[in-house]
Amino acid sequence: MKHLIFVLLLIAGPAFAVTPDEVLDDPALENRAREVSAGLRCVVCRGENIDESNAEIARDLRLLVRERLLAGDTNEEVIDFVVERYGEYVLMKPTTDGANILLWGAGPALFLFAAFSALLYVRGRSVATGPGDDGLTEQEQARLTELTGKSDG
Amino acid sequence: MALILAFGVAFVQMIVPLVGAWRGWSGWMAVAVPAATLQFLLIAASFAALTYSFVVSDFSLQLVVQNSHSAKPMLYKVSGVWGNHEGSMLLWVLIVVLFGGMAAWFGGGLPPKLKARVLSVQSAIGVAFMAFILFTSNPFTRVAQPPFDGRDLNPLLQDPGLAFHPPFLYLGYVGLSMSFSFAVAALIEGRVDAAWARWVRPWTLAAWVFLTIGIALGSWWAYYELGWGGFWFWDPVENASFMPWLFAAALLHSAIVVEKREALKSWTILLAILAFGFSLIGTFLVRSGVITSVHAFANDPERGVFILMILGFFTGGALVLYAFRAHAMEAKGVFGMVSRESALVFNNILLAVSSIVVFIGTIWPLVAEMFFDRTLSVGAPFFEAAFTPFMVVLAIALPIGTMMPWKRAKLGKAVKPLIPAFVLAVAMFLFVWAVQSERTILGPVGFLLGVWLVAGAMTDLWNRLGRGALSYRLSRLARLPRADWGRVTAHAGLGIVFMGISGLMAWEVEDIRVAQSAEPFEVAGLEVMVQQVREVRGPNYFSTMADIRISQDGRTLAVLSPEKRVYPVQAMPTTEAAILNGFWRDIYVVIGDPQDSGGYAVRTFIKPFANWIWAGSIIMALGGLLSLSDRRYRVAAGAARRPRMQGMPAE
Repeated sequence: MKHLIFVLLLIAGPAFAVTPDEVLDDPALENRAREVSAGLRCVVCRGENIDESNAEIARDLRLLVRERLLAGDTNEEVIDFVVERYGEYVLMKPTTDGANILLWGAGPALFLFAAFSALLYVRGRSVATGPGDDGLTEQEQARLTELTGKSDG
Repeated sequence: MALILAFGVAFVQMIVPLVGAWRGWSGWMAVAVPAATLQFLLIAASFAALTYSFVVSDFSLQLVVQNSHSAKPMLYKVSGVWGNHEGSMLLWVLIVVLFGGMAAWFGGGLPPKLKARVLSVQSAIGVAFMAFILFTSNPFTRVAQPPFDGRDLNPLLQDPGLAFHPPFLYLGYVGLSMSFSFAVAALIEGRVDAAWARWVRPWTLAAWVFLTIGIALGSWWAYYELGWGGFWFWDPVENASFMPWLFAAALLHSAIVVEKREALKSWTILLAILAFGFSLIGTFLVRSGVITSVHAFANDPERGVFILMILGFFTGGALVLYAFRAHAMEAKGVFGMVSRESALVFNNILLAVSSIVVFIGTIWPLVAEMFFDRTLSVGAPFFEAAFTPFMVVLAIALPIGTMMPWKRAKLGKAVKPLIPAFVLAVAMFLFVWAVQSERTILGPVGFLLGVWLVAGAMTDLWNRLGRGALSYRLSRLARLPRADWGRVTAHAGLGIVFMGISGLMAWEVEDIRVAQSAEPFEVAGLEVMVQQVREVRGPNYFSTMADIRISQDGRTLAVLSPEKRVYPVQAMPTTEAAILNGFWRDIYVVIGDPQDSGGYAVRTFIKPFANWIWAGSIIMALGGLLSLSDRRYRVAAGAARRPRMQGMPAE
């Protein structure tokens, strides 16, 4: 039992992401804090933002975000503040500068490319004459007759 | 015991490549069927042996030591078999050989050459993964000195979700290997025709149905297990299942065009290769540790390299084959710019491009680090921004596409029957806009699209009944092909998913507070009160359980019992949310830590339309099943009509 209590003590941490003692009194400010938190990544977690994460460092960051907001920073200023310290790794939404243009542009570019190729293909199809359009060849007709056992064709 | 069976697997290993090599010769083609059966039996036996070891807690196996505990409930002992890397790979191979066996047993009507080639490709996939298991992840590794007890399974995985989510997902992933095998076989033959498409489509459809169910189960599991009710995270591993799903959806639509109109052949082949290729990429992402994620259960570079080799061999090999042979696929069907065919082409563009967007987003952190020396994250906001537009366009176009006839269509004529659906959708938009208290556009637009899809599906159904009196139409309703029912159901299901997702994301209400016992508080018109908090002991965990009463206007709706559990063996706490499921909304309650001031931290969520997401997914899967039960596949599967159809092209 002693052992168990020790284990329980060890793992007693914040059970869920945002705990009541973190919540700001001003609901508008708290909403902004949540919004900012949702866009910041918990650096030790796997793909969770700090708003969802249970990790200690996420809690510290949440408190930091709230502190900055209380100090009168705008959302952008808070984000810049955090990025300056932890690098762009913390941004859930990658920026559009530099090589990231490829990331953001890939979807639209591919879509245009695919749509254009498809347009050419469909145009090709709409003017093509399929092999079946000229009716059956004599050989095919003979084979059909043979198969169906009828001669009316 | 386990060693002998491992030998059994090795035995299969020996046989399969030999048979595979022989199969090219017509005389040896018949070997494929008993070989596939034998393979299945052997793998099934070794899987059964592993399961048995877990059930009786045989701690002489390393895998059992690491992932099980004698006090664990039986359900989790069994599902623990695949709750780890080695065991799940064995499940994967079991399903590969199962599908191979199915093709062998029920493929009586297939042309013998095609059948032999399909089975050969399928067994090549089996061999590759068996080698992977034997050389890098043998589940039967022994421990010299068996410990007294095991280390237990990760508590997050101790959930009925684990029993169903991975098997369904694997059935889907691996089901796509059948489409892949058919595609490669067709490339080797150099011929694709309607009969081929009629064979491929049910396999793709089955794989897609399994994937749909698997993904929906996973999402539902995350929703109730993770303690804050997220249903989709754009996590690399979720994306790994989502990409093949999108490709499979594209494939099963383009296979229709091959089947009915003999066009889009080479594109369909390419899609089949890509769909399975992305399944393999998913496997690679999950198991190599290249990208970290909540799901990653093996971070071993050696395994990663091995899977990369398998991936490179199959996808690369198939694509090379494709480059050489695709031109042999001659398109026959002619169709106009506005037609069902071109609508399906558009569907394919949207699904394929959106899938590639997901892919690029998933691997971008890797690319950026390798080539641009930037460590960055690509999270949910990116995917929401980059992926959603494709789905919006898809939803707008879908009902119009289904109304178009084959070959040539008039846009005006196709759109006209949809006017009531459109009016209904707009009315819903305005209604939702007026009713909601938040000024977000997301909810109303989601409902606009959702209603448009559902009403469009109904119009599609109505349109299929032809013209005439109501009684005539009703009589046709009963005789409508199952494929039509399937299409309408699946499309309506998609609409329901749209409404569920947008409703949940737009109108969720959250409340976080310190709640004292017997002091009620209000959340969105509901009264919430913590009645008592007690300590409960589970089979292999300790739990702090609260009884929380939810009432409305003095009437008790439910008493919910959220828990906070601690699993001593793994020294890990988990939160077990309590959910009151409802048609319009879920009430979702989570209990947290005791506070210094007394009382407990309590999180309450109102999640509108949450269940619509999974209900819609299941309806989509149901649509797939209906379509799968269509008469034409049963006819095609029977040997009755085959000889005559085969006679012609052979000449």
